[in-house]
Amino acid sequence: MSLPPFEHVVADHAAVVLRVCRALLPLPDAEDAAAETFLAALRAYPRLRPDSDVRAWLVTIAHRKAIDVHRVRARSAVPLAELPERPTAPVDPLPDSTLWDAVRDLPEKQRGAVAYHYVADLPYAEVGALMGTSEAAARRNAADGVRALRRRYPGTTTQEES
Amino acid sequence: MTEMDETLQARLAPAAPDAEEAAALTRLQAVLARRAVDEDLLDVAYRDLDTPLGRLLLAATPAGLVRVAFPVEDADAVLDSLADQVSPRVLRAPGRLDEVARELDEYFAGRRHAFDVPVDLQLARGFRRAVLEKLVDVPYARTVSYAELAARTGSPRAVRAVGTACALNPVPLVVPCHRVVRSDGTPGSYRGGPDAKRRLLALEAAA
Repeated sequence: MSLPPFEHVVADHAAVVLRVCRALLPLPDAEDAAAETFLAALRAYPRLRPDSDVRAWLVTIAHRKAIDVHRVRARSAVPLAELPERPTAPVDPLPDSTLWDAVRDLPEKQRGAVAYHYVADLPYAEVGALMGTSEAAARRNAADGVRALRRRYPGTTTQEES
Repeated sequence: MTEMDETLQARLAPAAPDAEEAAALTRLQAVLARRAVDEDLLDVAYRDLDTPLGRLLLAATPAGLVRVAFPVEDADAVLDSLADQVSPRVLRAPGRLDEVARELDEYFAGRRHAFDVPVDLQLARGFRRAVLEKLVDVPYARTVSYAELAARTGSPRAVRAVGTACALNPVPLVVPCHRVVRSDGTPGSYRGGPDAKRRLLALEAAA
């Protein structure tokens, strides 16, 4: 059994990785983190066991990249504030931006549990392993996160009332 | 799970990207291809090229053009075999193949008689590779027989092996195996199909 071309990995999982990054980070940090995730994955890819769960592997990398971005931001919060605007092209507003905004506003444990379980579809045991909590705590965090989203995300409220 | 949870979940993990997300994914792929080249992580770059023979698949390693595949070959199978035989670090990255595409366009327009792009013959080893290295010297619009090419390779009795080497040429067109014909002058077989071979010989004869 051999590894498929990396292009297949990108085609199959880019949307999930991008959504996870958006759930964890503001734009355009999210797109940068998604690119960093695939770059790191490409670097390690030839050593990946062919029977690995590729989606879980990518989400684990994205989780670490998001922590890196948070860490860099925390460390350089003041200097960053003084830097000029990024020279990148303006990013169109997300149609669903209120949803991702609401996810990002969740407390860290809930945000991670929602991103890894509801966005990336990882089982609670893996979500717990990723976040350093028990499976039960991961389940609880995801449930709390979803409950909070239900309250804050206007689109869902509308659905609920219809 | 309640109905409302399903709605929320559908929004968190939609079945298909919307237009905005599709645009973000296109940006992501472009950034990835560019940075993979910059960081020396792209072992096999590939792209399509529309030609009079149909849509070709072109693939290159950092050393040069490694594969040209015809429409009769299954593109997915070609990519799988590149991942297996060269490296699984395979990405669609048109940039690295721009020059090859330009030269092939010129060739099909009759304006180019020789290719200048570097070629990576790693998919042909031993005798097969020796045959392809001799084949590069056969000029535009000229043909050589399988027997003659065997003689040039220093193995005059290996006519059948020369035929196999041509049939398995990983970089047809650029290494011109279409210029190898039967001793009676008929075109013989071709990886891109006998019709493609006839058309290439006609193209070169007309120029």
